[in-house]
Amino acid sequence: MNAEIRPASTAAEIGLADLFASVRESLPGGRDTGVIRSDAFDRFAAHGLPHSRIEAWKYTDLRRLVRDAKPLAQRPDAHARSLGREAGAVFAGVGLRRLVIVDGAFAPELSDLAGLETGVVIRATIEALGAGELPLPLDMAGSDPAAELNTAFAADGVLIAVAPGVVVERPIHLVFVTTGGAPAATFTRSRVEVGSGAVLTLVETYEGPDQSDYQVNAALQVDVADGACLDRVKITGEGAAALHIATLEASIGASATYRDFGLTTGGAVVRNQLFLKLAGEGAIANVHQASLLSGRQHADTTLVAEHAAVGSQSREVFKAVVDEEARAVFQGKITVQPGAQQTDARMMARALLLSDEAVANCKPELEIFADDVQCGHGTTTGALDDKLKFYLMARGIPAKEAEALLIQAFVGEVIDAVAREDLRDALSRTMLAWLKGRE
Amino acid sequence: MTALLEIRGLKAEIDGRQILNGLDLSVNKGEIHAIMGPNGAGKSTLSYVLSGKPGYEITGGEVFFNGEDLLAMGSDERAAKGLFLAFQYPLEIPGVATLTFLRTALNAQRKKRGEEELSSPDVVKRVRELAKQLSIDPEMLKRPLNVGFSGGEKKRNETLQMALLEPKLCVLDETDSGLDIDALRIVADGVNRLRAADRGMIVITHYQRLLDYIVPDVVHVLAAGRIVKTGGKELALELEATGYAQYQSEAA
Repeated sequence: MNAEIRPASTAAEIGLADLFASVRESLPGGRDTGVIRSDAFDRFAAHGLPHSRIEAWKYTDLRRLVRDAKPLAQRPDAHARSLGREAGAVFAGVGLRRLVIVDGAFAPELSDLAGLETGVVIRATIEALGAGELPLPLDMAGSDPAAELNTAFAADGVLIAVAPGVVVERPIHLVFVTTGGAPAATFTRSRVEVGSGAVLTLVETYEGPDQSDYQVNAALQVDVADGACLDRVKITGEGAAALHIATLEASIGASATYRDFGLTTGGAVVRNQLFLKLAGEGAIANVHQASLLSGRQHADTTLVAEHAAVGSQSREVFKAVVDEEARAVFQGKITVQPGAQQTDARMMARALLLSDEAVANCKPELEIFADDVQCGHGTTTGALDDKLKFYLMARGIPAKEAEALLIQAFVGEVIDAVAREDLRDALSRTMLAWLKGRE
Repeated sequence: MTALLEIRGLKAEIDGRQILNGLDLSVNKGEIHAIMGPNGAGKSTLSYVLSGKPGYEITGGEVFFNGEDLLAMGSDERAAKGLFLAFQYPLEIPGVATLTFLRTALNAQRKKRGEEELSSPDVVKRVRELAKQLSIDPEMLKRPLNVGFSGGEKKRNETLQMALLEPKLCVLDETDSGLDIDALRIVADGVNRLRAADRGMIVITHYQRLLDYIVPDVVHVLAAGRIVKTGGKELALELEATGYAQYQSEAA
């Protein structure tokens, strides 16, 4: 016998089991999908919520951080939909194509579906599931418990397909909003397929009320075909008490480019997990993530970049600004498969601690099974440089403003990685709003 | 008449080591004072204490700036009141564009003084004029502050800041260090343009060379944390010939 010894189930685990039992029959999808959901939930239930002895969740102990399971969110009513109309305001005026997801449900009537470019198809996940046309398993995430829960419960989201060779000029904005009412859980599944040689920019924002401890579990699968290019920008700006877990799976084809920028400012507990596979020769992945945290926020970014083809290149830069009693976590793992020669991978994690109680945990890992590669990683953690602050103050800039300028400079490096100026400006505004909150 | 700067019996230490030992100095408007002295005499400490650098503990004495208690003010307040320190080693700040820094500093000072803030185009215009006078490539202003600048470029940039901020008292800490003769001339010309009846300057230097270009009214010798001798500009030439050895033994 090799039984795993684990403590009694937590209230949240029992709640999730009860929830699954009560909703499984009503979740979208046919009989086969139902089996996939049940299997996923069983695999989750066998181990329960991840805790600090599970290496991939070492710093984010969900057994401790998640107190209870929430009921699934109701389909949005008229009031909820009206909130959806106002969401995503940080990109207002940028002219993005808005696709609005209210309380986990895609709301076409709030979305901008007019004048779709030829070769672009947008569909609700719930519809594809009903037609048995969306395979649910999240393969790259493996047996990750958050991913299993998503597979078990995911009901809606958005599917976007861009035909080969189509260059989509107008970025698509997935506006995720949780509305008021009793705290609830949403599980969304979205998928973006960028055909060979096609180009797309995808923006995602998440927001919700500060007073509700709602839960969001969002998964996005991305397929960037050979020679295609996808830019993704995600702002995790959830309400102050929210739990937000997002899983990204990206498969990147030969000579394709995937750029991912993430900015986390909201949520009580946030986990952004990214699983990248550089599957084709010469694939490129650039990942830039920034977290701006205060209060008792906990934000975890965990990244696995698998180099599976010759000559692929990845850059991962993570920056965290941590104030008060907040905690930033970065785990980054680069693996180079046998045969993935001439891999060029570099990872950097830097944390700026603004208070004595702030914490940053950084865990970079390299796992290399090829012999002709260039891989490196680095990590730094420190306070604001007093000498630089003095220099600014000696020119008349007050202390808080001097700090803000240095923080802007620190975060600016990752924001600069975003290709489009209009998106950079919006991200800078988000950063400045956060800095203003410190004053 | 109230002196622009009045230092009385100033004592300061860092990390428990006493550096300034009862320093007295009085600078009036319109005057240029040179402070010369051997390495370790406390020249840079004086400049840092005047501008309020953290880490220094004032253990005695007082400093009045236009009659106000300077030591009670924060660094930013001192700057807004008109004190400017030209750093010996200007710092590099990656990610902060030089122009952004200049605009932020100028407007922060104006705001503190209750003056109207200047618009970006107005600041740009003024900065460009000054940059031209100091032979600063306008492209440099777009680059992060001092990052990748040569020693000479950094000192010219300090001079540019000084000219833009129009301080009442300029403290130049070893402005000649790391400068070749051409750069020295450009910087000195910039400083000389700022000479004015309502402005005082303290020029801190180890070598007499700088004082050929920025001619002082008064020369002080600083040794072991005190002013040990004061004279006219000829004192600098004398020091060049004799060195500091006599003052070091005197101070000890």
